Amino acid sequence: MINYGLSRLSSMLASRQISSVELTQLFLERIQRYNPSTNAFITLNEAASLEAAAQADMRLADGNAAPLTGIPIAHKDIFCTEGWRTTCGSKMLENFIAPYDAHIITQCKQAGMVNLGKTNMDEFAMGSSNETSYFGAVSNPWDLAAVPGGSSGGSAAAVAARLAPVATGSDTGGSIRQPAALTGITGLKPTYGVVSRYGMIAFASSLDQAGPMAKSAEDCALLMNVLAGFDARDSTSLERQTEDYTRLLDQPLAGLKIGLPREFFAAGLSDEVARSVEAALDEYRKLGAQTVEISLPNSSLSIPVYYVLAPAEASTNLSRFDGVRYGYRAPNYDDLDDMYEKTRAQGFGAEVKRRIMIGTYVLSHGYYDAYYLQAQKIRRLIAQDFTQAFTQCDVIMGPTTPDTAFNRGEKTDDPVAMYLSDIYTIAVNLAGLPGMSIPCGLDHRNRPTGLQLIGNYFSEAHLLGIAHQFQQATDWHERMPDAFRG
Amino acid sequence: MSLNLQDVQRVAKLARIAVSDDEAQAYQQQINGIFALVTAMQAVDTEGVAPMAHAQDVHQRLREDLVTEYNRRTVFQALAPQAAEGLYFVPQVID
Repeated sequence: MINYGLSRLSSMLASRQISSVELTQLFLERIQRYNPSTNAFITLNEAASLEAAAQADMRLADGNAAPLTGIPIAHKDIFCTEGWRTTCGSKMLENFIAPYDAHIITQCKQAGMVNLGKTNMDEFAMGSSNETSYFGAVSNPWDLAAVPGGSSGGSAAAVAARLAPVATGSDTGGSIRQPAALTGITGLKPTYGVVSRYGMIAFASSLDQAGPMAKSAEDCALLMNVLAGFDARDSTSLERQTEDYTRLLDQPLAGLKIGLPREFFAAGLSDEVARSVEAALDEYRKLGAQTVEISLPNSSLSIPVYYVLAPAEASTNLSRFDGVRYGYRAPNYDDLDDMYEKTRAQGFGAEVKRRIMIGTYVLSHGYYDAYYLQAQKIRRLIAQDFTQAFTQCDVIMGPTTPDTAFNRGEKTDDPVAMYLSDIYTIAVNLAGLPGMSIPCGLDHRNRPTGLQLIGNYFSEAHLLGIAHQFQQATDWHERMPDAFRG
Repeated sequence: MSLNLQDVQRVAKLARIAVSDDEAQAYQQQINGIFALVTAMQAVDTEGVAPMAHAQDVHQRLREDLVTEYNRRTVFQALAPQAAEGLYFVPQVID
């Protein structure tokens, strides 16, 4: 049952073959058993989970269930969840009990979904390996010595190890797609503005976007139906007609034009990832798609641009952590400034402090034009590359990451090497486009590889269909790590 | 462009983060490594390109002038490191 998709679980719930309480218990037991080895969850509240499941069962019995009523879900600990500890992976929020729900938490509750727990993540979503979490690193279920990617590493590991049927994540520079690739699951970063950011603890507000992480594209589509929608409380939320993200799942791919950016297949890509991406493209050709070479000439600038813009926005967003209104406060200090400085020195980890300092610097007097403004201009050039590319193709494909999962500790001393693991994902955030990662192979160490799909603005349903057709023809998304079968 | 130790200490001060001399040296090295990446931007000709702040060019929405937030002071102040009688406590600022 742990391998079943959401629609199968839903029909079992609807036909009373299983109750939501039983389903929730099954996953809570798996979490108890496997969390010590994966560290995928930071906070559990079994009583609250089971209470929500009991309510879902009543709703199912009353006949007013929504499609995902009774389905357990794991939430990244970046989403404020009323009554639950919400840490964002930081000592700063170690004891923060959120006083309200993020928009997507409300959406999931209204859909009758059951919160299984809050998943581990890089501190304030800053990281690509889940090693910057104050609550410890997360292990990749495929190999406990390997990282699961980041920053949504806990959600990725939870789904990969089948500790949760589905999870939420957030993606600022690749934080859904990169961990999805490294753990062999499916993840979608929607178009910027499609999912409300209300109650999602802010990192870089012009890039942050929440999305689904699941075993399959079909499950991502079902969860997107819950997550997406206009919310007046997020000033960048887009007013659009409600859409059914499952509507194009069965659309055949004959005639689909896939653009392959030559920059994504150049030096830096590992042979094994390249081979499995090539094999996936062959599968797409068999399904009737054509491939065309395209170019994203400014994509190599996406990392420099991102490491100016994201820290700049972060330094502003994280100025709210001052030890006054909520969160950590240093125990000993002399005066107000000393209290601020010690609180922030003790409450933030090294990577967060590094990025706050970079952001402070690039926004400071005399450097603003050279760094911040220049980065915003190049951001437009990067976005225009995609606009140009989509005149030649329907979807862009390439690797999600340059290599498969690396070992814990391998890149912790070298921030630049760590940053380069997001080289193929960041441009998508800068442009605000939707992107997915789907599993497409395993390397010689049995570590998963990911295929990235990038669509034009608001093409999520189409992307999900293109991914689903691949998953109908292949079984990479059904593979799971042996150690977690029991 | 690279930062010297004084630059790092000045930035840390602006960001209100206490750093020891040893930490400042480590940060200097790491931040300069990151700035070495960033310099690739400087060679790009962006003459006439409008800066892009957001992915979608949306306008700020206007709304009815109605009360939408209610007073939840007690709930919010329960989260504060030090608060009482509706006030947040901080070290004395004015003598």
